[in-house]
Amino acid sequence: MATAARKTSAKTKKADSKTPPAPRTPAPVEFTKEQELKAYREMLLIRRFEEKAGQLYGMGYIGGFCHLYIGQEAVVTGMAMAIKEGDQMITAYRDHGHMLAMDMSARGVMAELTGRRGGYSKGKGGSMHMFSKEKNFYGGHGIVGAQVSLGTGLAFANKYRGNDAVSLTYFGDGASNQGQVYESFNMASLWKLPVIYIIENNRYAMGTAVTRSSAETDFSQRGASFRIPGIQVDGMDVRAVKSAADLAVEWCRSGNGPIILDMQTYRYRGHSMSDPAKYRSKDEVQKMRSEHDPIEQVKNRLLANNWASEDELKAIDKEVREIVADAAEFAQNDPEPDASELYTDILL
Amino acid sequence: MPIEILMPALSPTMEEGNLAKWVKQEGDKVAPGDVIAEIETDKATMEVEAVDEGTLGKILVAEGTEGVKVNTPIAVLLQDGESADDISSSAPQADADTPVAAADDAGGKAREAAEEPTASKATAVPAVPKSEVAADPDIPAGTEMVTTTVREALRDAMAEEMRRDEDVFIMGEEVAEYQGAYKVTQGLLQEFGPRRVVDTPITEHGFAGVGVGAAMAGLKPIVEFMTFNFAMQAIDQIVNSAAKTLYMAGGQMGAPMVFRGPNGAAARVAAQHSQCYAAWYGHIPGLKVVMPYTAADAKGLLKAAIRDPNPVIFLENEILYGQSFEVPKMDDFVLPIGKARIHKTGKDVTIVSFGIGMTYAVKAEAELAAMGIDAEIIDLRTIRPLDFDTIIASVRKTNRLVVVEEGFPQSSVGDFIANRVQREIFDYLDAPIITIAGKDVPMPYAANLEKLALPNVGEVVDAVKAVTYRS
Repeated sequence: MATAARKTSAKTKKADSKTPPAPRTPAPVEFTKEQELKAYREMLLIRRFEEKAGQLYGMGYIGGFCHLYIGQEAVVTGMAMAIKEGDQMITAYRDHGHMLAMDMSARGVMAELTGRRGGYSKGKGGSMHMFSKEKNFYGGHGIVGAQVSLGTGLAFANKYRGNDAVSLTYFGDGASNQGQVYESFNMASLWKLPVIYIIENNRYAMGTAVTRSSAETDFSQRGASFRIPGIQVDGMDVRAVKSAADLAVEWCRSGNGPIILDMQTYRYRGHSMSDPAKYRSKDEVQKMRSEHDPIEQVKNRLLANNWASEDELKAIDKEVREIVADAAEFAQNDPEPDASELYTDILL
Repeated sequence: MPIEILMPALSPTMEEGNLAKWVKQEGDKVAPGDVIAEIETDKATMEVEAVDEGTLGKILVAEGTEGVKVNTPIAVLLQDGESADDISSSAPQADADTPVAAADDAGGKAREAAEEPTASKATAVPAVPKSEVAADPDIPAGTEMVTTTVREALRDAMAEEMRRDEDVFIMGEEVAEYQGAYKVTQGLLQEFGPRRVVDTPITEHGFAGVGVGAAMAGLKPIVEFMTFNFAMQAIDQIVNSAAKTLYMAGGQMGAPMVFRGPNGAAARVAAQHSQCYAAWYGHIPGLKVVMPYTAADAKGLLKAAIRDPNPVIFLENEILYGQSFEVPKMDDFVLPIGKARIHKTGKDVTIVSFGIGMTYAVKAEAELAAMGIDAEIIDLRTIRPLDFDTIIASVRKTNRLVVVEEGFPQSSVGDFIANRVQREIFDYLDAPIITIAGKDVPMPYAANLEKLALPNVGEVVDAVKAVTYRS
């Protein structure tokens, strides 16, 4: 890949003279104690939040579609550790973890899931459609692939304004086959837009395995026709995600245009709450959980380095459970939106 | 305290299920994530995972039980230090036939929290709020009127707004170096440069989405479609992203932007290039839809559309681009979106039309005048929000209504108007409302068939004669 890129740049020397050679997957950087503890807490918060969301769904407090992020926590956590104030994030409908990673309040997210007035969208958006202007979170989109064009538009605005903000545009292996993704790749590369395309490859587009839906399953190569470099990342290792994120953010901020991160990850739960996930074996799921769990990996390192005791980790767990319990309590008791909200926020 | 495990809802529509199998038995240790039971819904067999840690103290619903209602306690989980003796005092006896409505303090049940409005409670649905639309600005006496084509008026509107606001830019196919496929953007690249006049690849779905994303970030894009026929590739971004975001975000962010370009039939370009989208976009809450006829309206309304904080669909027409009208020479001529214009006052019949449909109405009016029929012509200018007040006031006076448009007949703009008028002022009508539309066929290529497919002046004259009982 790198060789081929150099060959190309030799042929078209003038056009590419400012573009550095395509980056390669960086080695995971060792975390400091503080980073490990931060990653542990953030990922644990997402997991406990999602478990609670699943529980509230079962109790009927959450309706409609509800897509849980359990198993994929390292991706948003590692990415969020690499960005700065002003960078934007946008994703599809498996979005609860992204919002927590952007420091949105657990109460606000959970209350939106239960359709209450204290939710981020006053209860009018639901699980798949949530936004926070304040936290630079641009949704929460229910149409597979649509957020890729929108995220490219966020990057367009950054370039137009001449700020150095970067758009973190997430989508899945399923969305990677949508046409507008490639329309967006083309424009992003043509106009050198600061967008990181983060493909969360959790191996299944709903019930269809990547090998059954994708002619090219190495998603880091999906930008090749548009001269967008891509790297594969172990999306279950938060350190690997952070390293790749650092590289990608730097690539975009330096004016090199878009970059693709193929995050190899896994979701433990079904596609949505009503998916029995019969398309994969229990052994496959169990193997990922026992050998690659992103939270267990951090926990084991924390213990091995004597950076935290079992008791200290339990204390973090307790604190996280309290945040989630408080959010759930709020989300169950907060009133539904007033009937007058039916006709608000349609037009300004 | 022992934790009740409730029959979970496992799909958006599940109300009950069968308890197919207990995977864990009484006395088994359970960790979060462990599968404890299998439940059959009408769609699939689902596994129920434990949320909490503990010991399965008591199974309340036996394996094989059918029709277990959602939220019925099915088992009790004991935590550290608890024994089966703690159960009886805290857990209610389960009865599979009795749904347990988990009441919450918000005053509703967890599931189906909102009650269906019934006839007696119909008032619970709030009334549609009514917003006042300003009248057209006064044009001071002595203002110079300049003969201008619709094409020039649109270009002037964009140039003025781009001078006024740095956040306004235009993107689309051939808008910059080619100077516009229909020359509407002529000269803009020279004045504003390639940063603000952006040629896109032929990629409607993608660049419409890029435009919406830029608008969500606070810019004010003008997205030009070479024609609105091609915007069908982008309609998901227009409807699902641009129109709905403000509502879905609880008012936090929306898409302040304009989608514009020629709409409807041109001449001899046949089925795929000849379609009116007024009714399509008029259907969508969250959009404003403007469709001007004159150059002055094109200018004043496009300026308003660019300033509007909502997504505006601006439907132009290739045939009208070259037609000339008087445009007032004013520093800042902005017209209100949502206000119809009475093109000509009259007392015998109201003819409502918009966009190129107005050409039929105007020509018919001349013929009708010769017959002694004094028609009032209303140019809607805006399809959404639709100015019913002006229509209603006119029909109260004339008692007769004919609506003219080029779009397809079913679910047309005219049908929508007719429904509302007969409902609100049935007693004022002296004749059935006639809606004239294009014929219910794809646009044919052959010149004679194309003529037949479009409305014509004769149809308008005949309709007016019919509602005035002159035929």
